[in-house]
Amino acid sequence: MNGMDRMAAVAATEFRLAFRNRWVLLSTLAFTLFALALAFLGSGPSGALKADALTLTAASLSTLTVYLVPLMALLVSYDSIAGEIERGTLALVLATPLKRGELVVAKFLGHLAVLAMAIAIGYGIAGAVIAGVHGADNAGLIAWGRLLATAVLLGAVFIALGMALSSLPRQTGTAAAMAIGAWLILIVLYDLALLGAVIVDQGGVFTKTVFPALVLANPGDAFRLYNLALIESNAPIAGLDGLAHTLPFPVSSALVVLVLWLVASLTVAWTLTRRIRP
Amino acid sequence: MTDAAVLSVDGLTVRFGSVTAVDGVSLSVAPGERVALLGHNGAGKSTLFKTVLGFLKPAGGHLVIAGVAPGSDAARRAVSYLPEQVVFPKALTGAEVLTHFARLKGVAPKAALPLLETVGIADAAGRAVGTYSKGMRQRLGLAQALIGTPRLLLLDEPTSGLDPVSRREFYDVLEASARAGTAVLLSSHSLSEIENRIDRIAILAKGKLRAEGSLADLSRRAGLPIRIHVEAAEGRADAVHARLGGERVNGRSVVLTCRAEDKVSALASLAALGSDVTDIDIALPDLDDVYRHYSVPTVEGAAR
Repeated sequence: MNGMDRMAAVAATEFRLAFRNRWVLLSTLAFTLFALALAFLGSGPSGALKADALTLTAASLSTLTVYLVPLMALLVSYDSIAGEIERGTLALVLATPLKRGELVVAKFLGHLAVLAMAIAIGYGIAGAVIAGVHGADNAGLIAWGRLLATAVLLGAVFIALGMALSSLPRQTGTAAAMAIGAWLILIVLYDLALLGAVIVDQGGVFTKTVFPALVLANPGDAFRLYNLALIESNAPIAGLDGLAHTLPFPVSSALVVLVLWLVASLTVAWTLTRRIRP
Repeated sequence: MTDAAVLSVDGLTVRFGSVTAVDGVSLSVAPGERVALLGHNGAGKSTLFKTVLGFLKPAGGHLVIAGVAPGSDAARRAVSYLPEQVVFPKALTGAEVLTHFARLKGVAPKAALPLLETVGIADAAGRAVGTYSKGMRQRLGLAQALIGTPRLLLLDEPTSGLDPVSRREFYDVLEASARAGTAVLLSSHSLSEIENRIDRIAILAKGKLRAEGSLADLSRRAGLPIRIHVEAAEGRADAVHARLGGERVNGRSVVLTCRAEDKVSALASLAALGSDVTDIDIALPDLDDVYRHYSVPTVEGAAR
């Protein structure tokens, strides 16, 4: 029981700090504005297409979410352990009965609550506006809800990853650099490298067998493939996303990949935290 | 080492690779006792603290806190810690910081908040920590350490950078909690700062315990001379100097140096001079001299 109360204290303080330093406000604004911009300024819905506006925006927003949510998640979590070492509070906190596993889980939950709230409010507002302007059907609402829920799961993966990276160095500056590096590698360079390999391979063995598995192994791509594969529409799909409708795996495997990333990242974060000598 | 000790350290050795940071240190702190750990930077004070907290594993020796192993649940409940430099989140108020740590320690926040009064920052309880002065932040740190009336307070250079008034009030608070039964182990650079505020002193140098005892004990054992400043009556300085020896300084003074055990006989011979002497002033060895005597490893007779 005491453990639960200790974890609640840590999570509540993280949540409160995110409010105080305007993080919640800024990230909510970012999510709302990007979603609305995609809906109304982008290639967006036009009368010519049969699918409704919500479904189409969900499809394009899933591509944007892959960039935005991991970035926000890493921003909220990169400081979580290294920052406390640097400021001297980790020694204080670990001198209390709080266990290191409790610290990792509670901080994770606190950060996740903040991010989930920002995503839910941001995408919720945008979804309501789109539905209000263009109307919405059932498929559109389901696609939007799915996008929102999986965006939170994707955020959870990158919060855990950010905490694992935060447990390695003793300075927050190093942790920040590592978080940016992780984002660049996983979100940008990984896809570029795979595309390059596919072009070189020219439809050979690599493209047919290894490539789909490698795409699915990346949490960002897994998130995007899951959402796109389940959207039944003729929305324009380009690049790696063409795989969404020809994936040689069941769609649910994308969710399994995300959950595996989450569990692995949390385990690494916990293991690394146990080694810290504050 | 008594069984009643809250902290008993016996032959403790802590290594970082090939460097021995703490080397065979034995020390015990009883309830209500205030013990100061003195040493230069790198003498092993912080390492000793971190081992007591269970952050570092000893390479040898024994360490028992309130009857249990360091780092265990019961030990963590018995010990409170205040590091030298701690920066609480600037956006939280003092009351929120205290509430946070009270919950971590399993103490009702309501019971902890009066501690802000104890350390003298109750007025600032609702203000963000970012607006606090260095002294106020250190007071908040002390309030945090006092939550739940710990059995052992570990304070790592708690008063460095504090002004004299804050420092005095800091030691007043420590005195009150020691009187209530809390064992206090604090570290410091300076012996003069802790004069009269501490029951016992342990001097560490290069990881080894050089000396341990009360300030008076340590001064006596150091055998540093006492200086007696004798002011002679007008024109009698030479006569006084002829009778007592010592050193003739400025117009009408003579300075005698003697060992601690010869102090009384020296005073007796002074008294025999009658009206030739108008005033005397006794200076015990300078505290920093005593500290230097023990902390410089080459000095003979430094062993306990």
